[in-house]
Amino acid sequence: MIPAYLLLSIAFVGIVFFALSGHKAEIGKINVWFNSISLFATIWLAINVLNNGTILSADKAFLIDSFNVYLIVLTAFVGLTTSIFSNPYMAHEKELGKLTDKRLKLYYSMYQGFMLAMYLVLTTNNMGVMWVGMEAATLATVLLVSLYRTPESIEAAWKYFILCGVGIAQALFGTILLYYAAVQIGDGENALLWSELFQHASQLNPEVLQIAFVFMLIGYGTKIGLVPLHNWLPDAHSEGPTPMSAVLSGLLLNDALYAVVRNKMLVDGATHSDMAGHLMMGFGLLSFLVGALFLHRQKDIKRLFSYSSIEHMGLMTFAFGVGGALATFAALLHMTVHSLTKSAIFVTVGHATQVAGTQRMDKIRGLIKTQPKIGWGLLIGTISIAGFPPFGVFTSEFLVLLATMHSYPWLTLPLLLGIGIAFAGLFRHIQPMVYGEKPEGQQPVKANLLPVMLHLALVLWLGLAIPSFLANWFSQATFLISGSSPL
Amino acid sequence: MNIESQDLYTQIILSMAALVGLTSFLMLGQGRLLRLIFVFAIQGLLLTLTTAVAAYSLDNHHLYISAVLTLALKVIFIPWMLRNEVLKSNLHRDVEALGNQTAIMLGGASLMVFSYYVLHPIVQTTSPVMLNALAVSLSVVLLGMLLMISHKQAIAHVVGFMSIENGLFFAAIVATKGMPMVVELGIAFDVLVAAVLFGIFFFHIRSSIDSLDVDLMNKLNEVDK
Repeated sequence: MIPAYLLLSIAFVGIVFFALSGHKAEIGKINVWFNSISLFATIWLAINVLNNGTILSADKAFLIDSFNVYLIVLTAFVGLTTSIFSNPYMAHEKELGKLTDKRLKLYYSMYQGFMLAMYLVLTTNNMGVMWVGMEAATLATVLLVSLYRTPESIEAAWKYFILCGVGIAQALFGTILLYYAAVQIGDGENALLWSELFQHASQLNPEVLQIAFVFMLIGYGTKIGLVPLHNWLPDAHSEGPTPMSAVLSGLLLNDALYAVVRNKMLVDGATHSDMAGHLMMGFGLLSFLVGALFLHRQKDIKRLFSYSSIEHMGLMTFAFGVGGALATFAALLHMTVHSLTKSAIFVTVGHATQVAGTQRMDKIRGLIKTQPKIGWGLLIGTISIAGFPPFGVFTSEFLVLLATMHSYPWLTLPLLLGIGIAFAGLFRHIQPMVYGEKPEGQQPVKANLLPVMLHLALVLWLGLAIPSFLANWFSQATFLISGSSPL
Repeated sequence: MNIESQDLYTQIILSMAALVGLTSFLMLGQGRLLRLIFVFAIQGLLLTLTTAVAAYSLDNHHLYISAVLTLALKVIFIPWMLRNEVLKSNLHRDVEALGNQTAIMLGGASLMVFSYYVLHPIVQTTSPVMLNALAVSLSVVLLGMLLMISHKQAIAHVVGFMSIENGLFFAAIVATKGMPMVVELGIAFDVLVAAVLFGIFFFHIRSSIDSLDVDLMNKLNEVDK
């Protein structure tokens, strides 16, 4: 349990440290150090869980099992690589005069605040605290969306704040209903503990849990970006600083989905029906198709990729909804490869916009000629996210298709259609941006593409061969969620 | 269900539920911001009283802490902050024209009926009293949303947001006798931070569009201009 406490306290120390520290030139580097220690703690935690199985802390406040431990490692990893990217990026933004020292301090302090909220959501055993962490993640990031203080960014942040705040309030109502069902069979203070709830899931009142799940799905679904609750997402992603878009897309959406899946496990145990799964499939498929169609009409490069996030989150929600060992395994894999690829793409997009000086796609041209590393990074990232073999996204999408064909054959048609539409939507925009002649006066910028290469290499590796310890890890998580093993 | 046959605690809870529901309707039709904030403070006070009554009758000490937190946050701090904001923006003389008043009130009434409809299945496992309490809480949540939709001022949106929070809090008190302490403290912390952030946002919005009318924030959308 020590590494989990270490993890939470590092992030907490980070918030206080950056908030109080005077201006330092190395503030970005210190942030990288904080995140490296976090990653170290999560790996320590993961080794513990792999060797000893599920860990429950003595006061039952924290629960680490094979499902959340891999998300914890993923969160720390993406948090670290994004901080490596954000160091030169934010320094460059400051040189351009978009930021002051004070706001830079706010940025780093809230970066750690966001990480703390994410770790809290993932490690806690208490469904109520999970809600608190999710809300705290909104609160930590809302001032970062409006960091540039432009009218657009303030509008985006306000929309984000109000929509996610109201949305997540529904999840709290769901949690209250869950608690209401739980106190009828258990004692008060422990009734919201997931470990207790899961053990007694079959005794929970199915009527109440069904109503509760609808509220949870709407509430956390707002944060996942499920259509039609997605309106805040493209705005917040496009107007905030790019490292924020990378962690929002790569981490926040995943963790909201994690909360939904945890609740689905309880509801499935109580109702013995597919009601929760069918709801998730419906919302997931709608988000997937709407996200894919909206890719076509985007003008802003960050909005383009935020719609791609909506599309992929929809696919994952759909896959978790289908249930069964294969679909769940595929969804877990897709969560991983999507996080890695999408955060890599946002990092390259951040550099590309600094090269071109704008986010408008019709103004970004000739990236390969200007700065080959960025151009190729963007192209390969897009190929990966569009689901080309041999990248990992192909593997997971293929597995989702396979599972769908098995359980709901007719639904493979809209899925295939959506994948095709999304592919066309991405490439009609990306192709002219990376190829072609460079415009007059376009200069390369100082860029650190190590995170991008690392992420894409990992995705490639996952596409070619999933290492056996990881496959084992995923199948343990799959067993936990779906009750059967894929391997 | 005959209300006179219930014990005193249940009678108080039911009356409080009715009053909390009523304050939500009062807010819905209110065009003046200062009165809106005043009614919101009254709703907070009703919540505090409900919590205190529950704490006393159930002999549950941690509910007293919740009552004090509610009093400090929802009755004093947030209304005070919003009132300052209204006076600073010189909005206290304005009466907001609220589209179609009748339609909004009828919509509010149908939301209440809808809440009863949604929560009706749980009546099989519990008393009708609980159904009343939960349905009123849900309708306070939905009425808060309707308030946000029908009003244009950012301050009214914050009142709606916080009254949604009130509805949830009411549900937690009457249906489950309060959430576990750690959760309740967490929620109170989140509400406090949210209130402070709203204050910061009013400042930013004012300096960006020189008004607090959120209808003027319309730069970001998917419609071609």
